[in-house]
Amino acid sequence: MLKDITLGQFLPGDSPVHRLDPRAKILLLIAVIVFIFITGNYISLALVGVFIIAVILFTKISLKMYLKSMKMILFIVLFTGLINLFYGKGEPLVQLGIFTITEAGINNAIFVTVRIALLILASSVLTFTTSPTDLTDAVERLLKPLTVFHIKVHEVAMMMTIALRFVPTLLEETDKIMSAQKARGADMDSGNLIKRVKALIPVLIPLFLSAFRRASDLAIAMECRCYQGGSGRTRMKTLHYGKIDAYGAAICLVLLTGVILCNIFLPATVR
Amino acid sequence: MNIIETEDLSFVYGQGTPFEKKANDKLNIQIKEGEFIGIIGHTGSGKSTLVQMLNGLIKPTSGTVKLCGEDIWAAPKEIRKIRFKVGLVFQYPEYQLFEETVEKDIAYGPGNMGLSDEEIQQRVRLAARFAGLKDELLKKSPFDLSGGEKRRAAIAGVIAMDPDVLILDEPTAGLDPSGRDVLLAQIKQYHDERKNTVLLVSHSMEDIARTADRILVMNKGRAAMLEDTQTVFSRGDELEKMGLRVPQVTKVMSRLREMGYNLPSGILTVEQAANELQNLLGKR
Amino acid sequence: MEDFIKVENVSFQYVSDVEDEPTVPVNVLKNISMEIKRGEFVALLGHNGCGKSTMAKLLNAMLLPQQGKVTIDGLDTSDEEKCYDIRKTVGLVLQNPDNQLVASIVEEDVAFGPENLGVDPKEIRIRVDEALKAVDMYEYRTHAPFKLSGGQKQRVAIAGIIAMQPKCLVLDEPTAMLDPKGRDEVIATIKKLNKENGITIVLITHYMDEAVQADRVIVMNDGAVLVQGEPHEVFSQVELLKRHRLDVPQATELMYRLRGRGFFSGVEQAQLPLDSDECVAVIDRIFKQKQAEE
Repeated sequence: MLKDITLGQFLPGDSPVHRLDPRAKILLLIAVIVFIFITGNYISLALVGVFIIAVILFTKISLKMYLKSMKMILFIVLFTGLINLFYGKGEPLVQLGIFTITEAGINNAIFVTVRIALLILASSVLTFTTSPTDLTDAVERLLKPLTVFHIKVHEVAMMMTIALRFVPTLLEETDKIMSAQKARGADMDSGNLIKRVKALIPVLIPLFLSAFRRASDLAIAMECRCYQGGSGRTRMKTLHYGKIDAYGAAICLVLLTGVILCNIFLPATVR
Repeated sequence: MNIIETEDLSFVYGQGTPFEKKANDKLNIQIKEGEFIGIIGHTGSGKSTLVQMLNGLIKPTSGTVKLCGEDIWAAPKEIRKIRFKVGLVFQYPEYQLFEETVEKDIAYGPGNMGLSDEEIQQRVRLAARFAGLKDELLKKSPFDLSGGEKRRAAIAGVIAMDPDVLILDEPTAGLDPSGRDVLLAQIKQYHDERKNTVLLVSHSMEDIARTADRILVMNKGRAAMLEDTQTVFSRGDELEKMGLRVPQVTKVMSRLREMGYNLPSGILTVEQAANELQNLLGKR
Repeated sequence: MEDFIKVENVSFQYVSDVEDEPTVPVNVLKNISMEIKRGEFVALLGHNGCGKSTMAKLLNAMLLPQQGKVTIDGLDTSDEEKCYDIRKTVGLVLQNPDNQLVASIVEEDVAFGPENLGVDPKEIRIRVDEALKAVDMYEYRTHAPFKLSGGQKQRVAIAGIIAMQPKCLVLDEPTAMLDPKGRDEVIATIKKLNKENGITIVLITHYMDEAVQADRVIVMNDGAVLVQGEPHEVFSQVELLKRHRLDVPQATELMYRLRGRGFFSGVEQAQLPLDSDECVAVIDRIFKQKQAEE
């Protein structure tokens, strides 16, 4: 059951999107997120939307997977949309008790919902097409300039790597401990909230202890393998920007121009 | 009387996904009350799934598990009661210890059963004795015990529920030879005194040979054999094909038998083997 | 053969760091000495708490002797500047394979050691491939470790050390958490590395059937060496080993018992069989001799 979580899952493949340099992918994702939020009217929003859907089709990953990743956060998306519906200023269109719905409210709701949905879809493209190790690698290299400000970029990236490595192990362990305590009659599926939280203690304590034990083992293993932090370290895989990344950047530039033109020459729907 | 009986018991992992895998396939097993059963089989042969189905931790995909003749899933809401009757000790059970004292940890299971404090106390003492834990250890933190003691404290936590069937999954894994011997002797003694049914899952054929009346051999999710210990270990060739072995001394004796020496098959212990060879040498 | 590892009169004690407990130092190692020759395969036996794991950590400068001296290929482990040279020379493999893998992809984990040593990327690639081939895990190089079996994970852990090109491997109960198949895989790998790559092996184990495959067995008890020698010499001392909570292979014990009953007196004590093949051969030979005499 715990193993079924698919958010942030990597789905190996050989599409052009997969082949982009992970650093390029992160930078382009940031760019696209900015585009999503500077869209001012339906046309520019649609433009970004069509672009993201086109990229999704390019990844050759089944649409089902994208919908699945949406499903997990659907509630939050709809909730935020709903709240925005009642917060528009101007002429009320409908009056429901204390709630008033205005045209601006409807526009806001649609924009917020679509924006968050696009944001999730775009992020999913990154996580679906990039292996976790490539991602942490890319983050480490992109943030490297920050070391000037004494930010421990390598250490943070190392922590991410280790966390990624141990997430499945600890999930499996949680399942095992839960089964073991259930075999001793633990009741985790009934009772009120307080009772349920209490029932978790016999799972959480062994889980923490196990995590600490693993951490101390790992520390020894890393020292045995001559780990001395980031300085003097080389990497087996080196990242190179290629032609495909240049194409990616070019396409994004075109998109940016489109969005800006739409914003300038068409009336703004929001703000 | 059969205390445990399974009818076409099957379990499929990830049903309906591309990763679908039959862990257990139409198992029909009968275990009599008071038996000591050894369960062997290589990793992935379905042993773990089977034992978790026997105490209701995993619900079968199809087929039934009967405890004393009654389907354990007849009333799904009452499944916790089955777990008190069929105690399951997982691999490395010391990793589930969590209370401040050994005593409190052993009392966790009986506490979940809703027993009175007196009865819980009584059961804790009894379980500790069965597990060979001295009284002074009961007030200690479980995390201050030695490896072997921790293991036995965790096993006591299941014994304290006083189950009619006790299942142990690899109870000696990772212990040193003396820790292993102490634990096995303790389990054997518990079985003799409490006279309940014990199922021991193990990769160590020597451990199984020393303790089990009958052996269930699992292979590819099916029950390949369920026979008395001697019979199973005299079929060494078949076991080898399933990636299993026989105890070293059994192997030596059956090899000599094949070479024409007049020796019985299925010899399980060094003592037996020494006696048989002595007989043979003495005759001349 | 020259001494590759030299442990001279080493003592080591732990002091309990639990606050409200009286700090009684525990003597783990007591004036212990041992030598391991280049290219040797040594099995280190002893019950839990006899100091084997401490010894393992002393051999690659994870711990330093409080008294005495440990030298690895001429390097004194207490020389702080040489610490990483020593760890590069003597690789340590731990019991739980799950806890010593760092990366989420097999080949990236194997690369971790050489990366730490600052090896050139191209050279790392070559070393990683060679190391994975040496432990027979090359075709799994892009897999995720958590999907592998215990034996496979442990072999990846060994590859991670091999990629640092050590001269010696110290393995602290590498098979304790594995099933019989995994144990066989790991032992076969260790033997191959010893025979083909000439890597010195120190194998700590509880399994006698693994120990009998070594060139030499060292039995530790209570922080000191109890007995050492070739497997035949050591395991023939059945009484001594049993008294110190250790096991002997069943084949050895069988012959030992029969000798005690006045049979097989023709077999030297130090020639007691260690595995089933040897045992069958010895029994058969004795019977045939007896038949011929009659």
